[in-house]
Amino acid sequence: MSSVDTTTNAGQLLAAASGGRRRRGDRIFSNTAVIAAVTILALLAGVAIFLLSEGWPGLTASASELPGGKTFIEYVAPLAFGTVLAGALATVIAVPLAVAVALFITHIAPARLALALGFLVDLLAAIPSIIYGLWGIFVLGPAAVPAMKWLEAKLGFIPIFEGPASTTGRTMLVVGVVLAVMILPIVSAIAREAFAQTPRKLQEGAQALGATRWEMIRMTVLPFGKSSVISGAMLGLGRALGETMAVTIILSVSGAVSFNLISQANPSTIAANIALNFPDSSGIKINALIATGLVLFAITLVTNFIARAIIARSNVQ
Amino acid sequence: MSRARWLAVIASAAILALGVAACGGSSESTSSSGGKTESESGGAPSAEVSGEIAGAGSTAQQAAQEAWIAELENANGGATISYDPVGSGGGREQFISGGVAYGASDTPLSETEGELAKAVKRCGPGELVEVPNYISPIAIIYNVPGVEELNLDSETLAKIFNQEIKEWNDPAIAKDNPGVELPSTRIVPVNRSDKSGTTENFTDYLSKVAPNVWTHEVSGEWPVKGGEAANGTSGVVEAVTAGEGTIGYADASQAGELGVAKIKVGSTWAEPSPEAAAKVLELSKEDPELEGGNKYVTAFEIDRKTESSGTYPIILVSSLIGCTKYKSVEEAALVKAYFEYAVSPEGQELAAEQAGSAPLTEALRKKVMPAVEAIEG
Repeated sequence: MSSVDTTTNAGQLLAAASGGRRRRGDRIFSNTAVIAAVTILALLAGVAIFLLSEGWPGLTASASELPGGKTFIEYVAPLAFGTVLAGALATVIAVPLAVAVALFITHIAPARLALALGFLVDLLAAIPSIIYGLWGIFVLGPAAVPAMKWLEAKLGFIPIFEGPASTTGRTMLVVGVVLAVMILPIVSAIAREAFAQTPRKLQEGAQALGATRWEMIRMTVLPFGKSSVISGAMLGLGRALGETMAVTIILSVSGAVSFNLISQANPSTIAANIALNFPDSSGIKINALIATGLVLFAITLVTNFIARAIIARSNVQ
Repeated sequence: MSRARWLAVIASAAILALGVAACGGSSESTSSSGGKTESESGGAPSAEVSGEIAGAGSTAQQAAQEAWIAELENANGGATISYDPVGSGGGREQFISGGVAYGASDTPLSETEGELAKAVKRCGPGELVEVPNYISPIAIIYNVPGVEELNLDSETLAKIFNQEIKEWNDPAIAKDNPGVELPSTRIVPVNRSDKSGTTENFTDYLSKVAPNVWTHEVSGEWPVKGGEAANGTSGVVEAVTAGEGTIGYADASQAGELGVAKIKVGSTWAEPSPEAAAKVLELSKEDPELEGGNKYVTAFEIDRKTESSGTYPIILVSSLIGCTKYKSVEEAALVKAYFEYAVSPEGQELAAEQAGSAPLTEALRKKVMPAVEAIEG
């Protein structure tokens, strides 16, 4: 908000300094900018109002009116769990990969290769999510079946690989990998920008003190890019939380709350649940679905606030 | 930047926000113009109708509706019909709110959510019309290597889908399949992950024929946790094909190369076929509760427990929903011509070709025609 303030003030000062001529242009510019800002606020408020007003009957509905005869909390809790699980899994897989890719592009690869690779990673973002979904169901899922059987046999003592392994491959683990690929471009693009901006003198200083390339990266590049990596990860998480199509197509959603990543019984996510049940729902059940959308909205808001808090704290230090 | 300016910013944001929120409630309007129809029955798209109507509803009916619309528009240059396959619930909702001229639903309008009364009110001063126009057998598809034929009685079927029978070589399955070598593979029941009329009809069947095993509520949402779940008919077929030891339920026309189990009807083993599916509806009684005393509403209580040979009771029945009176005679004429064509032998034959549905028998057609003819076009 304050940045809008200062720019307009600066604009007014400039206009005053150069006489009346530029006033009109400035006014048009500043009004356009204000209108744009207001539109964003209005859209956000409009969506919130819509979710609240349409979701309210669902939020307050009695258990007998809701699907499965459950109260709204009982209905939405497993979905919220599934949403957070899928998003967290995707982030855990994507972030280290994205940081490594960004480091390779900015500090290790030769310039020409770095350019090409950066372009290719960005291209991943251009693939529509339904294509990722189809890829997940036809290619990655079946290919992951032997791997998941192996995980069940060798690491089955860990609850997340408890099994029994799915025979179709449409599991939370596969969804996590697909979502990770989907958010990889966002996270790595932001990390790349930050890493590339690490002051040269810091890097050269570190090397002058005898640091190896890895030590230089660890002592200068990574701390410098930390807050950007966190905000990139949160942006990615936000996308993974709301991703609908790929999850709807791939995931076998039939279980309640479970950390088991390789079985056929997985919790659904809020977005996928809306997509799956909206077409054939009517009356109060639609309100209940919209109310789950409100919960998703709240989850993403909270994620963003946490991200901002983390960034603010790491900037102070 | 003054405080007044900020107030203005916030105020305009609020106004815009209200505008966005208010846009949610608008509904499509239908228009129609000119044209006359012959009042003769028979329903082939020869009657001259024109204008524009919109319908919405069942995804199961999509292929059939598209075929009917193409034929009717071909025969009547001035007529435009659009069908939005939003799903049965959405179709009922849009019909009640007046957004569309006709709806199509895999489950009849019922009193449980007050939909029947609302639909009757929407049609006032005319009458509500609801007629079954689309029957489709639901096949039990399975993928068990080495098992070419499979017989399942209703109790066993319910136990498999309720995850009580867990392996293919279970004695309950073996006793009905003498001579078939059943593997010890784990059974993976596959269900729809989306809410659907297919699920509702299948769970209705299970709860009627095996009430001791299938104690779940009949619903479009699959009630048993822990199975394999897939989106849409194509998703179920894909999951059954990709997995091993899988068994699922899907529109019979989509079964493809997969094995189709025979179910027990009376003392014989029945396979899904159009004739066997249509015959079940012919043998079913009308359900007074679903009809609610409306003379042009024809709703059946499907006779899932039938024991007559030559029937196949796992079927989906989808209905057209309309009114006897519309804002204009032309609109009514177009709805009537469309309904007549949809239930006509030609229309039913076309749907069978395009969508693999089971054509209505002549006896059924006689039952639904009075309602269609009551539309005042």
